[in-house]
Amino acid sequence: MNPTLEQLTEHFKGLTAAAAVPADGPAESVSPTPVLVVVQAVDFALKGFHLDVAVGPAQVVAAAEVADRAGFGIDSITGVDWLAQNEMEVVYDFFHPTSPLRVVVRARVPRGSPELPTIGGVFPGANWHERETHDFFGIRFTGNPNLKPFLLPEDATFHPLLKDYKP
Amino acid sequence: MIAHKDLVPLGRVGDSPQETFVLNLGPQHPAAHGVLRVLLTMDGEWIQRAEPIIGYIHRMHEKMGENRTWAKFLPNTSRIDYLSAMHYTHAFVGAVERAAKIEVPLRAEYARVITSELNRISSHMVWWGALLLDLGGFTPILYAFDDREKILDLLEALCGARLTYCYYRFGGLYNDVDDAFLKGTRDFVAHLRPRLKMYRDLVTDNIILRKRLTGIGPISADLCRRYGATGPVIRGAGVAYDVRRAEPYSVYPKLDFKIPTYSEADSMARYLVRMDEMEESLHIIEQALDQIPTGPFLGKVPRVLKLPVGDTCYAVEAARGRFMVRIVSDGKEIPYRVKLRTPSFSNLSLYEEASKGMILPDALAMMGSLDLVIPDIDR
Amino acid sequence: MSFLQIEPVRILLYLVGICAFVGANAAYLVLAERKGAGRIQRRPGPNEAGFGGILQPVADGIKLLAKQVMVPPGTDALLFRAAPLMVMAPPLMCLAMIPFSDSIVARHLNVGLLFVFSFGSINVMALMLGGWASRNKFAIISSARVVSQNVAYEIPMLLVVITLLMVTGTMDLNEIIHQQGGGIWHWNLFKVWVNPLMPVTFVIFFICMLAETNRAPFDMAEAESELVAGAFTEYGGMGFGVFFMAEYANIVVGCSLATVLFLGGWQSPIGVLSGGLWGAGWFLLKLYGLIFTVIWIRWTFPRTQFYSLLNLSWKILIPISLFTLLLTGAMMKLPVVYHQFF
Repeated sequence: MNPTLEQLTEHFKGLTAAAAVPADGPAESVSPTPVLVVVQAVDFALKGFHLDVAVGPAQVVAAAEVADRAGFGIDSITGVDWLAQNEMEVVYDFFHPTSPLRVVVRARVPRGSPELPTIGGVFPGANWHERETHDFFGIRFTGNPNLKPFLLPEDATFHPLLKDYKP
Repeated sequence: MIAHKDLVPLGRVGDSPQETFVLNLGPQHPAAHGVLRVLLTMDGEWIQRAEPIIGYIHRMHEKMGENRTWAKFLPNTSRIDYLSAMHYTHAFVGAVERAAKIEVPLRAEYARVITSELNRISSHMVWWGALLLDLGGFTPILYAFDDREKILDLLEALCGARLTYCYYRFGGLYNDVDDAFLKGTRDFVAHLRPRLKMYRDLVTDNIILRKRLTGIGPISADLCRRYGATGPVIRGAGVAYDVRRAEPYSVYPKLDFKIPTYSEADSMARYLVRMDEMEESLHIIEQALDQIPTGPFLGKVPRVLKLPVGDTCYAVEAARGRFMVRIVSDGKEIPYRVKLRTPSFSNLSLYEEASKGMILPDALAMMGSLDLVIPDIDR
Repeated sequence: MSFLQIEPVRILLYLVGICAFVGANAAYLVLAERKGAGRIQRRPGPNEAGFGGILQPVADGIKLLAKQVMVPPGTDALLFRAAPLMVMAPPLMCLAMIPFSDSIVARHLNVGLLFVFSFGSINVMALMLGGWASRNKFAIISSARVVSQNVAYEIPMLLVVITLLMVTGTMDLNEIIHQQGGGIWHWNLFKVWVNPLMPVTFVIFFICMLAETNRAPFDMAEAESELVAGAFTEYGGMGFGVFFMAEYANIVVGCSLATVLFLGGWQSPIGVLSGGLWGAGWFLLKLYGLIFTVIWIRWTFPRTQFYSLLNLSWKILIPISLFTLLLTGAMMKLPVVYHQFF
């Protein structure tokens, strides 16, 4: 039942093919970045995870589904603000309860309109992590039912982890 | 005997309208263990919806990480979960060592294992007392604190702190473990074994405790996976997931230990997992004490620490589950991003789903069995 | 001695005596509880005020009295103030019936047992009103619990008492004690030739007494880890203090009743030395022995679950007490039937 690293790599690479042939047209217009899934096996001893998957913002749900089918659990979701590139990176961490495998899925969104779909439908635990990421970075997860301030005060309108945040 | 799940609220006939009320549990409530607030929608004593509201002790450690050097952020990590500070500093130190490829001497690794496991026992002791306090048993917490005091004394002699330890350093330790500590730890292991047996006889086998925890708050393995719950919660659901095995770190691969699991997935299973873990920790400590080599306790660390560009993860098995540090470096002396993935946050996130339809005291018993530390959730 | 025979003087004397007894007991049982808890938890307990903490109740009392009695807005002010008085009155009334010795009893009634039980069951009303008048959700949940718990435990308790009434044939508490004279084997607790389940009825009575007085492990009303302080959440100062004292006064009533009904009241366990002050000594010895057991139980066990509490009453205690009732009746009538036919 436990997936091997090669199988996982194949599964994630399959996302590119799936996205190249859009099932229903309108979904494609959501993603402004080119749809190309880069799957990279990395050395665990150096990085702390086994598989590094870069996807487009429109594919995060599909990537989460791949992880879910392979039996992964949601570890965390976080953001990184790349001010120089004018982009924001959303990092999804997955752990596997029964096999020693760790997968990281990344998606880059433009800094001006940081928006990508929620994976709460696949992993309900992602809801809280997405709320936290929205708190800290202002990244909007469309479909998340509860994107109000979570860890920050309830009237907070600022996003403290943005690199240009001035208190 | 009917179980609580067979009970239905009285006066509910057919499609009669439900009358609910909102109960604000916390942030100042005796069972909230600090400043957790749970907004309960109740139907009599039955919970229809429990929405945890957190952030009352949020300190933005992650932002603090972005404006100080790697070494200066280290003390912050021990303030996240004040009950298992050793594990948290271990994760951050480990992440930096992994990124900077710093070699850690073997003696330091063994000392880290010994202190980590001592800290795990002291953390579980507090949980044990606090859970019993939630269940209305007042006495065990004082016995637990009695034993915990011995651990705190040992660790205080070692690193000066009683709670928020900052004992690990990049490349090793702040201070070498001395013979007094090693002997004291050996004595402590001998002291705790019979005490744990006494706790089992007096508390674990108490019929009231068994009745209050058995079958209460089932959290299935799949629920754990979908919410990312780890530690004793997932092990209580029958999954032998332990970061010490899944992502081996330090010298744990050289040590022989079991991962206690129980498949009942109820509060009692989580209780028993933690009780067994204390004994396993004693076993690990004994082995580490036997194997600890002599030698240096601090490796070679550059004076000005600059990490290579890229991101690195390091996870440890903290007392409450998987704690992961993800550091992103842009090659400077100051972290670009520090992400702290805390176990209590994920463990609490399933509370809303798991507590549906429970009766209030059971829901609080389940919350106690999750072992929440609020600063760990809020960071 | 003659002026003691005058009725108004007698009443006044006993009124003062009972109030003092209840007050002193309530205050010092709090200290005993805290000292006992300290002993069980291997810590000294209160030891600062006075020698070994002997003045701690006084200090507590002064502190509570010095506090303002807050009536939160939105509460039913009249009931909110009345509840503490109502909770203290029943144990005071009940203690007037308890014979401390063959000659020391405030009022001697030939239906003393009935009197005690009719006043004893008012106690729950006060707790319910206090919780309801507070307009606090925790307090209201607690009120609902108190009522269902007390109703559930009143029944097996009364069934046990009826069993006892069949054995003794009287409701006069002093008469019940007189019947148990002449040594420990004459106590109702050990009268196994009347009913082999007599010790069981005592255990049932004791469990019901714990539940009726809302003591751990049945302290559903004041389950502090669930309901903050239950029905007393909104009370502060002496309002809370009176509730607190009433809890101990109720324990005193419950334990003295258990002593009178099962443990021979002021009768000596060895058959001699049971009159006058000796009797009072024996009575207090047994009473505080039972109270110590109550304290001991509280600091040893965790709290039970509410549904298992009700399960215990309706599914275990009531059937057993009904069975003992039947058994006692059968055993009393069997000789009669035997003699009629043989």
